Amino acid sequence: MPQYLLSLIQPAGEAPPPEVLDPIMRDVAAVTAAMRAAGAWVFSAGLHAPETATVVRPAGGEFLVTDGPYVEAKEHVGGFTVVEAEDLDAALAWGREVARATTLPVEVRPVAKPGV
Amino acid sequence: MPDVEAVFRESYGRAVAVLTRLLGDIDAAEEAVQDAFLTAVQRWPAEGVPPSPAGWIVTTARNRAIDRVRRESTRTDRYRAAALLADDSPPPEEGAVRDDRLRMLFTCCHPALAPAARVALTLRLVGGLSTAEVAHAFLVPEATMAQRLVRAKAKIRDARIPYRVPAEADLPDRLAGVLAVVHLVYTEGHTASSGDRLVRTDLCAEAVRLARELAGLMPDEPEVLGLLALVLLAESRRAARVGPDGSLVPLPEQDRSLWDAALVAEGQELVRRCLRRGAPGPYQVQAAIQAVHSDAATAADTDWSQVLALYDHLVALTPGPVVALNRAVAVAEVEGPAAALALVEALDLPRTHLLPAVRADLLRRLGRDAEAAAAYDEALALVGTSVERDFLQRRRAGVAGT
Repeated sequence: MPQYLLSLIQPAGEAPPPEVLDPIMRDVAAVTAAMRAAGAWVFSAGLHAPETATVVRPAGGEFLVTDGPYVEAKEHVGGFTVVEAEDLDAALAWGREVARATTLPVEVRPVAKPGV
Repeated sequence: MPDVEAVFRESYGRAVAVLTRLLGDIDAAEEAVQDAFLTAVQRWPAEGVPPSPAGWIVTTARNRAIDRVRRESTRTDRYRAAALLADDSPPPEEGAVRDDRLRMLFTCCHPALAPAARVALTLRLVGGLSTAEVAHAFLVPEATMAQRLVRAKAKIRDARIPYRVPAEADLPDRLAGVLAVVHLVYTEGHTASSGDRLVRTDLCAEAVRLARELAGLMPDEPEVLGLLALVLLAESRRAARVGPDGSLVPLPEQDRSLWDAALVAEGQELVRRCLRRGAPGPYQVQAAIQAVHSDAATAADTDWSQVLALYDHLVALTPGPVVALNRAVAVAEVEGPAAALALVEALDLPRTHLLPAVRADLLRRLGRDAEAAAAYDEALALVGTSVERDFLQRRRAGVAGT
């Protein structure tokens, strides 16, 4: 079954206060539960802020470690879910659910080689 | 012997649609169909054109695809070839072809594709235009268009955009996307956004063909009939819309005897037919507006209050500055240019000559010539085709002051 990466596009800055975030997290948990029930859920994770990232890059046999993120941007990937879906329409249907729950844009991208 | 090129154009979309279902891949389908065309070119001159050229192309393309799969055979492919052989060995019946053509149309117009790619794919895979013709239609180099088509097809393949007519729940939205593509082909043909010709006849004809095709595929969708009526009524005025010197002739000044009476009658009949269904949508209302214009023997006979009522309806269905601008033109006829000007000045529609051109015309009619000239200048700075520019310049020359 083909897989799709659903990336959550989050604006830079502080996370919303608990009274906003808590109901969102409940909605997200409900979507994840629905994915599991449908047998579509493969993996999902929320990420720490981009400022916590570190970049390792090959540099002439050595590795250069620098403070991240790799790209500074107004928006970044705040979390992701991998789902199994028969085709793009099925993946977009999950994408809509995630966007509805999080109130954020979701990028739906096909996985080329699952498990590699 | 029928024109082989015409047969090809007619058969291409049908054959690619059927083969895409059988092979599960658009590129492989196109390759097989091109193989079949090549065989036709070699054989038809000597053996004669078969009784059903389109069916022959599909059958030959399927056989070619099976040969190819066998040649490049891996074990799985052999199974696929066997499945192909077993699958509907007689030529597919008309109903099945219709379903395949609809699938292809919905795939080409999928919202996950960029709008320009949707139009290009539809013209190529549904309309059967060659890549060179599609490139020409959009005034881009052939290599650019080829690249655009390759990328779009790669996305269809890699992201697995389904080859399927959407489920009932998604159909209204998805159908709107298909209609928008066909309408875009027509408007680009009707008023080319750039170049030295106002009307690109080839694109208009292609849009009419696509709209007819769609109406044949989905005869029960009122908006499909509405779109067909809209393009037919616009098409009926083509001869009157461009003067002998290639200049633009606006609707009120057109010689109505040049309108194509058969297209007018067909368009009006479609408007009546779809409005009877009682599910009016934006295309039906736009077609109804054009039908009111088509009813008037002279510009002075136009039932403007009917036009305005229809625009009120259209604004409610699809609010937006372009519709509001067109409605203001109707208001000018019913309530006078001053009332219309007040509406136009409240609109925000940057980057197009349409707004300043309408404002200029209203100011001209109010005798505010200096302001009209300034508005014409504003419109001239934004206009895309030389024919429309000439029209605006003539109008500007008509108002006093320089």
